[in-house]
This record gives sequence, structure tokens and C-alpha cells, in this order.
Amino acid sequence: MEALKREGVKVVFGIPGGANLPIYDELLNHDIRHILARHEQCAAHMADGYARASGRAGVCFATSGPGATNLVTGIANAYMDSSPVIAVTGQVSRPFIGRDAFQETDAIGITAPITKHNIQPSKASEIPLAVRTAFYVATTGRPGPVLIDIPKDVQTEVEDMEFPEKVRIRGYTPCPPIDPQSVHRAVTIIANSRRPVILAGGGVKYSNASQGLLELSETLMAPVATSFMGKGAFPEDHPLSIGIVGMHGNPVANKLVQEADLLIGVGFRFSDRTTGKADEFCSDAKLIHIDIDEAEIGKNKRVDAAIVGDAGEALSMMLKQIREMGFQASEDWGRRLEEVKGQLQSQEEEGGLKPPAVIKEVRKLLPRNAIVTTEVGQNQMWASLHFKASMPRPFISSGGLGTIGFGFPAAIGAKVAVPDVPVVDIAGDGSFAMTENSLATSVAENIPVIVVILNNRMLGMVAQWQRLFYGRRYSAVKLDKPDFVKLAEAYGAQGLRPQSLEEFREAFKKALKGDVTTVIDVPIDPEEDVMPMIPPGGGLKDMIEVA
Amino acid sequence: MVEHKPGVLFKVSNLFRRRGFNIENITVGPVETGDLARMTITVKGDEATRDQVVKQLRKLIEVVHVEVLNPDNLVQRELALIKVKVESPETRREIMDYTSIFRGRVVDVSPESMIVEITGTPDKMDAFINLMLRYGIIEIARTGVTALTRGKASITTSYPLLLELGE
Repeated sequence: MEALKREGVKVVFGIPGGANLPIYDELLNHDIRHILARHEQCAAHMADGYARASGRAGVCFATSGPGATNLVTGIANAYMDSSPVIAVTGQVSRPFIGRDAFQETDAIGITAPITKHNIQPSKASEIPLAVRTAFYVATTGRPGPVLIDIPKDVQTEVEDMEFPEKVRIRGYTPCPPIDPQSVHRAVTIIANSRRPVILAGGGVKYSNASQGLLELSETLMAPVATSFMGKGAFPEDHPLSIGIVGMHGNPVANKLVQEADLLIGVGFRFSDRTTGKADEFCSDAKLIHIDIDEAEIGKNKRVDAAIVGDAGEALSMMLKQIREMGFQASEDWGRRLEEVKGQLQSQEEEGGLKPPAVIKEVRKLLPRNAIVTTEVGQNQMWASLHFKASMPRPFISSGGLGTIGFGFPAAIGAKVAVPDVPVVDIAGDGSFAMTENSLATSVAENIPVIVVILNNRMLGMVAQWQRLFYGRRYSAVKLDKPDFVKLAEAYGAQGLRPQSLEEFREAFKKALKGDVTTVIDVPIDPEEDVMPMIPPGGGLKDMIEVA
Repeated sequence: MVEHKPGVLFKVSNLFRRRGFNIENITVGPVETGDLARMTITVKGDEATRDQVVKQLRKLIEVVHVEVLNPDNLVQRELALIKVKVESPETRREIMDYTSIFRGRVVDVSPESMIVEITGTPDKMDAFINLMLRYGIIEIARTGVTALTRGKASITTSYPLLLELGE
């Protein structure tokens, strides 16, 4: 506990159990807020939401065995999206390890491939260094989750503790100094480009490099697309913003990325959902890749120049050289941007309770700094397409792992981190049901958030794929229950069910005013598709706009 | 070079499995500083695979340093213990002759078998094992390749941090 406090931890999400009783007992002696989850997966997502909203590490506790295995989805989610989550699990006492004791599971073995690092202190005096190491590793370089697995008898052992100020690990260089030669090579390529496009990923957010990104794009007059994880890294209301690239990307972005003669990727990993078929992605363009994780360079796509290091630093080094050199932006490219935008910008939807209209309404009613989380699937892609994010932090979603049930607990975690701004979870009925028990946490701990359920009584995205790619053979996607209004009320939350856009507006305003968690159950057409989309296995050119 | 701690071999081999890299062979042993272990890993694959193997290994916190050894400038050695059937005094004589040609040693003898110890490059091992096939091999134990770069340079010259003590 002392070690956690020294890291500035003020809040922990978790559930007690047999193997972490000593930790929970000690918790009573410290001024650290504990938020009781109803399932360990939710605790991990809450810590993740807290981390993404605050920019600090989020901490969750679980007991051994099922406590640890229930965390696994949450840890894997944080790993895929590079989120600094610290998980502290109890473990059976040392004499029982390896004997298949009650609630024993190999937490270190299970989480090795889904953590940036994991540690099992073998005596109490190792705990302070383990905690220091965990925070250092989780929050520096490319962030990621770290698990500390503490045997129960180590938790109670009395030993002299030394709390290290600094930790230096031989095998870990979080922020490698940028090689000026690599910047020079990149800038030379930029100088010869006529149609540059910048593609920004989540790394830009983690590095707080949005300002540098803005300056680079304005200097080059380069349109900026983002990956899904990069949403908000570049203000989506900026004239050079072209939206998200990828499977459910903005048509403008998908079009211009294909026309570019140079793609500058910053803090993104050429993921399959972004690039479609990797071989076809920008196959005629030069590629520059900036990433702090050198293993991302060349992993999914061969590039012409790479800069390994912090995105913000790399961008400012590039800008300096570009300014010295003097870059003449092509006017043709600027005109082409306007032209494509004119052709492809989405038309305003007609009224009714259409998902895009609902999400645009949410945007209108929320302040600029409000936080939106999403579940995964149709709700997520509608939110991604229609909720314009103008700041880096406010859009929080499970991009890599695609975990349905992430959004609601993540919203609770975010609200704890930033209590003064409204937090909204855009959900589907299927995904919300995965973690709806977090309603208990939200109400009991007085953490009011708003859940907007786009309710199509379906596992919507699966149904969409079955509709489009399996000849409308619906297999196991129909969901009828529960009644979410009654469910909310059962937990002591507010439940509302608007039948028109007008009613939705009123319901949402009511939710914003209230100081209790509100579930707005919005009935939508079960046949509604998210469009445009790129069929699985296709390239950007294969985009379909209407079903 | 990895931290000489429990669980590190697991993390390295788990990484290979997860990323779909194939380990041809792996040898592990402590080094002169004591708190580090040296893993010599042979991997088959193209340049892109090699590049990813190195970069992914570097991401493991317990991995202190990764170096690709140039096969043209290496001393490579493997040790094998081979238990061969002996059916007559003539075969025993032949096997002993081959063993001395390969600069091996006979380390165990029974009326119906012998154990031969051979050290050398993997090619030499294979050649010897091929010769023994005709007599009937009962059992083989091979250590896998370990290697050092020729000349004065060491892995600690290229990465002096290795000489500092760990946590």
C-alpha cells in the first residue's frame, strides 16, 4: 500500500477474495479510494478507462485463481490498446504454489503474452521494487499493462522495506534517443512528395504530440487521417482532417490515402482493420513510419524510412528540418482534398431514431471536453463515424481486442478520473449486457454516467456480417431481453426509453442534469447497417457504401 | 543475454510460440558475471523474420541484449552422446575407428552397446550419426548449438551495460 501511495495512487478498482485478504485489510489503513466492481473483468476495464482518461496508470486488484483469470480479458484489452493498467493479484502462499491448491492458477504464465511485463515478488522486501518497476514499465515508452502476483504469505511477511526512488532496468530503454540520420532520411522523402497524407494513431495521444501533428500537417498542407485508436489525435473539425481510415473508415480518408504519393504514419501499427489487405495498402506510395516501439517497424508492412522514438520529439525534429529546407505545398493536392470532400462527405440523415442522428445529437448536447466511451460492433463504428472528436482524450474505445462490455466499466473508470465532465457510453444491447452488473458499482459508488443503448435486439455487427456475407442466414444473433429500463431501475439507476429523436433529446438532457446513472434505451431498426465498410479481406479500394 | 532468473526461459520460448517463430535449437547457460544467462538460439527464416525475432525479444524486460551472430565469423559447437548397438567385435572395432576419426570418445561400453561422445559443428554431428545408422542407434542426446564470435570482441564490448549489476 505504501508503495502504491508513493506512486500517487488515489483510487483502486477491484474485488477481494481469499488470497488478497491481507492487502484489503491493509487498505483500511490508507487514504486510497477503493471501488468495488462486481466482476474482475469490469475492474480491469475501469482501471483502463481511468488510465486513458487521466493519462496516469490505473490500478486493479483481484484475488488468485478465478479472480486472476477474470482479469485476463481486461488485461489483454489494455495490452492491445497500449494502456497503462497495473493489476495486483493475490496468489496462494508459497508452500502451496505448484500443488494445485484451492484457487491456485498460474497468473504469471497466463498473462505473460498479454502484459508488457509481469512480476512475482518472492519475499516482502521485493514488493517496493516490484511496484516501482511496474509503474515505470507500464507508463513509459509504449505504455502497457503490468501484473504483480503476490503470494498470500508474502503479503503478510514482515521485513525491512526500502523504497527505491528510481529504478533502472538493464533490459529496458523506454525512450530511445532519435537517430538524426533517420529524421534526415524521412525529411528527404517528404521534400520530394506532392501528395502527402499523414496517418496518426493512438501513439500520438499517448505522446501528447497533437500539437506537433497539427504543425506538421499545416506546414505540409497534408490531409490527416487517423486510425481508429488515433481518433481525436487530430481535431476532426479541422479543414485538413479527413477522418478515420479502415474497415469502417471515412470514405474521404479511404480515398485520399489511396491517392497519396507519401504516407507518414505516426504512432500507429498498420493494423489489419486500418489497412485492409496490407499488400495493397498504399502500394504505390512512399511510406514513413514513426513509432516508439521498434518492433512495429516492418512488422506488418515494409516502409521506406522509419524513425524510432517518441512521436512528439520526432515530429518537432522533422518540423525543424522541413522549415529550414522550406517546403512548397502543392496547390493541386489542396484542391483535390476539397473536391473529394465535396463528393463524399456524408449527407445529413433524415429524422427518426437512426443511429447516426442519435450520435450527432449526443455530440451537440455534450461539451467539447466530455468523454465518450463505446462498446464494440455497430455502436462503436457509428460512434466512430459520427461523433466528431476535437481533443485527444475524450474518445475511449476498445480498438485492438474489440471487447464488447468494455465501454460501460471504462466509462465508470473515466468518470472517476475526470469527475467534472459528463461521461457517456455509446452501447449496443448485446455489448451492454456483458458488463451490465457495473450498474451496481456505478450507483453504489455514486459515479453517475450515461449509457445510450442503440438497441436493435441483435448482436448487430454479427447480424450485419451474416446479412452481407452469409446470405442473411441469421445464426444465434437475436436478443430480446432484458428490459433495460426496468434493469436500470432495479439497480437504482434511471431508465428512459425515447421513441423519437425529439424524445431522445429530452431524455439526454434529463440524464445530463441528473446526478444518477442513466440508461437511455433507444430502439433502432434491427436491419440497420453500418456503412460504408470494406469487406473482410478486402483492400481500401473495395469499399462498399450501401448494402 | 537475459536476467538469470526463474521464468525467463518460459517468457522467451512463449514469445517464439506466440509470434509463430520456429526455434531450431536453443542452449542456455549462466555467464561470467553470474547474474546473466546466455541463450544461443538458432532460428530459420528470412530477413524480415530475423528482424522481428530480434525486435520482439528486445521488448521482453528480462532480455538485456540481443545480438545476431554472423555464421561466417563464429565458432559453433554442439555435443552429442550416441548410444550404438554392438553386435560383434568387428562392429565394435569399426565404431571405435570412426570415433577416433571424428575425434570423439567412447565413454561407456557394455557387451551389446557403446556410448560415443562427439563434439563439433552440427554438420559433423549429422555426418557421424549417419555413419552410425547402419549399426543401429539406441538413443541420442544432443545439446544444441552454442557459439562465440571469433577474435577479441565479446558481447559485452558491444553492450557494456551487461557488466553492470542488475537490480
